[in-house]
Amino acid sequence: MSIYLPIAEMSVNVWVLLAFGGAIGFLSGLFGIGGGFLLTPLLIFLGVPPAVAAATGANTVIAPSVSGILSALRRRTIDLKMGAILVVGGLAGSAASVWIFSLLRRLGQIDLAVSLGYVLLLGTIGGLMFLESVRAMRRRKAAGGTPRGRLHRHTWIHGLPLKMRFPSSRLYISALVPAGIGFGVGVLSGLMGVGGGFIMVPAMIYVVGMPTSLVVGTSQLQIIVVSASVTILQSYANHSVDVLLAAVLIAGSLVAAPYGVRFGARLRAEQLRILLALLVLAVAGQLAYRLVSVPGDLFSFEPAAAPVAAVTSE
Amino acid sequence: MKLRVLLLALALIGVSAVPARAQALVADLSEHLIAITTGFSGTDVLLFGSTEGEGEVIVILRGPDTPVVVRRKERIAGIWINRDQVTFSGAPSFYRIAASRPLEEITTPELRAKHQIGIDQIRVLPDRRLPPEILAEFRAGLLRNKVRQGFYAEEVGRVSFLGPRLFRTRIYLPANVPPGAYTVEALLVQGGEVIAAQTTPMFVSKVGIGAEVYDFAHRYAAVYGLVAVLVAAFAGWGAGAVFRKV
Repeated sequence: MSIYLPIAEMSVNVWVLLAFGGAIGFLSGLFGIGGGFLLTPLLIFLGVPPAVAAATGANTVIAPSVSGILSALRRRTIDLKMGAILVVGGLAGSAASVWIFSLLRRLGQIDLAVSLGYVLLLGTIGGLMFLESVRAMRRRKAAGGTPRGRLHRHTWIHGLPLKMRFPSSRLYISALVPAGIGFGVGVLSGLMGVGGGFIMVPAMIYVVGMPTSLVVGTSQLQIIVVSASVTILQSYANHSVDVLLAAVLIAGSLVAAPYGVRFGARLRAEQLRILLALLVLAVAGQLAYRLVSVPGDLFSFEPAAAPVAAVTSE
Repeated sequence: MKLRVLLLALALIGVSAVPARAQALVADLSEHLIAITTGFSGTDVLLFGSTEGEGEVIVILRGPDTPVVVRRKERIAGIWINRDQVTFSGAPSFYRIAASRPLEEITTPELRAKHQIGIDQIRVLPDRRLPPEILAEFRAGLLRNKVRQGFYAEEVGRVSFLGPRLFRTRIYLPANVPPGAYTVEALLVQGGEVIAAQTTPMFVSKVGIGAEVYDFAHRYAAVYGLVAVLVAAFAGWGAGAVFRKV
């Protein structure tokens, strides 16, 4: 059974889309990430134009994040104060990204910037996470119990001004740290059309030092706000959000999300982190390979400037 | 908008129904409006007609001309990067051709060039002066990509004659057929010359929910974005509520 997507201007098999949505929903439930960083490449692989894939991906991740945050609110596994600061940084970042996006597009290098950004970021984060989780698992085996890291490690981060207390997270750190992370993730979200959970979750654990149990819910708050702003901005500026595509993906993801949550509950925190690290590294590896391997065709084409105006004047 | 399209269609039919030589060639399509519905997964369009006297028939289907940017990748520091780019105008968004006999047997190179018969004859205009070999490379790159994505086809379809006069051909429009105003040109060729020609318009447009969504997305872009967000958020909330009870 196929469905015609009015904005992507192509028809795709509904079951394939539902399966993609399901995969994203499962990951979202498991790791508390939106899954946009996987969804966008999957859609491009199906033949959806990259701009539509990115914008619709942002729209799609809102749904599982909303169900996720509602359950986090019920279980009180969310730091609202931290979340609010992340959101402020995130909104500023996504606004800045619109400007950067148009600059890169004029230079014809938007694809390169996105791919390189992904590879560097995912490679670094995935690598660090992987090493850390392996170390944690070893320690656990050696000690035979829950490892207890040092409670407080002083780095230059603790020397930053504007220190604030975050009672839920039991932290006393500079507000600039979460605001900066939020800003960075916001920029990336705008450029790549992703929620940014895959960057946010590790950054909150390793840079801010938040308890892992609170990170997922808190990052979902940021994902929702930033994805919503990206969706609206992309709709407004590029008409590239396909609601029909998003609806089918959302349907698939919502059915699968609870299974992800249930599966995640049976795993230990470091096992979860090692799985996420492997996933992130796999995506980074795939993108790096595409950058350096000889392309099948050196030439590519796309509609010239202002295709939107040309279409609407019909 | 639909009314305007219809009026334009009628006007075009009126203009184009006058063949080069009176009634030497008459052709029409099974459908002038190809509706892309939500379930659209490609369709066939049938062109049929009759000829007066000897000759072979060539049918060319062209989508609306859309300017395209063609980019070439180059390896810089081990990474493949888009370097040079050329903007072409005049390239049809979609191109199909069919003939009653192999093109080389019934046409001369000059005729093929004049009527843009065959994808290697499609004329595209670059946005600036370029050395011919560079231009040829970019043009070939564009055509190759268009063929790979199914917008152009290298194969020449079959125009079959039913008896001495009546002919017909079936052209397949794939699921990714770009919407817009198409032209279907039927040429009657004799001794390497076109002795009669007829151009028939054809419209490919989205109808139903797809068309409404597309229209809404372009007319009220910000509201559309807001609705998209609300739908997603509501779906997430609804699912959360359902699965909590289960």
